Amino acid sequence: MKDSLILGLSMLAGGVLTFATRAVFLLGGERFSLGPHFRALLAYVPPAVLAALIAPEIFVRGGELVLGPDNPRLWAAAVAVVVALLTRSVLATIALGLLAVWGIQMLNA
Amino acid sequence: MSSWDYLAGADRSAELWGGVRAELPLLLGVLPFGLVYGVLGLQAGLPAWAVVAMSSVVFGGASQVVFAQLWGGLVPAPIIVGTVGVVNLRHALYSASVASLLRELPLRWKLVLAYLLTDEAYMAAVGRLSSGPQTPQRHWFLFGTGLTLWLGWQVSTVGGVLLGTTLPADWSLDFSIALTFIALLAPSLRRRSELLAVLVAGATALLAQGLPFKLWIVLAACAGMMAGMSANLLWQRLGAGRSA
Repeated sequence: MKDSLILGLSMLAGGVLTFATRAVFLLGGERFSLGPHFRALLAYVPPAVLAALIAPEIFVRGGELVLGPDNPRLWAAAVAVVVALLTRSVLATIALGLLAVWGIQMLNA
Repeated sequence: MSSWDYLAGADRSAELWGGVRAELPLLLGVLPFGLVYGVLGLQAGLPAWAVVAMSSVVFGGASQVVFAQLWGGLVPAPIIVGTVGVVNLRHALYSASVASLLRELPLRWKLVLAYLLTDEAYMAAVGRLSSGPQTPQRHWFLFGTGLTLWLGWQVSTVGGVLLGTTLPADWSLDFSIALTFIALLAPSLRRRSELLAVLVAGATALLAQGLPFKLWIVLAACAGMMAGMSANLLWQRLGAGRSA
């Protein structure tokens, strides 16, 4: 019960924060303006955040760093990058990336 | 002549449908993402009601996945909220861009459009708003892209929750989150400095795994942003910045 309350409040806080980020300049209008440096910095948010989320999914298994070529996810990620660049399709990238990781795991088994 | 000329005399519903049609191709990427989020939200230990509710309360795919992972990792709530904030910081850029394009809108429209302002809704609408005819109804186009995305996201989340209880956990489905992010990231990289931001953020995330509460997410994101921005400034200053 207490957990549900904390969960609900956390979601609400995350939602309010996200909404505020989306609303700040729309509502603030002329009162706020985005400095060129801040604007330039924000342009790096997507690549930096996504890379920060991707890297451990590939290279950390069970709390250990696995950097070597015997890591199936490394090769599957490479397949996914190529598919993403060629097709620009999220669906194709997920499908072929998963097939690659399953295939490599079966070969290793 | 621009491809938006057909909207020159458009009324509300023509703008709305224009937005819906512009958004539909992007749903191809959003639907699997929503399914994956629904499945993994349950696997991370979130109750079904929370997985579904978060899609309308937060309404931001990557941040919802991060929320679920941190919640599953027993991270304290304030750090979860802060990390969600950092992941969604990029929306301020869209807010600034749309603000300059839709200056005269009344407050209630600004509130609605701010809520619907996601990556995909912005991307599908910005071309029409910036280079299409400047009619008084043009915000309906953004409303159309945003609403379409919102509906697609809710439907796919519910689909993922329904599917989630039937899928075995050993299918490496958690990896599909990384694959989704790769699909978003790889085609979007345009500049050397963005590639540097990726490398620095990725390396920092790995080196800082020992940090408590998964604070490596925020640390790595900040390190990547600083690296990309500094490199960009440096390359520009060196005069090599043709495509820095």
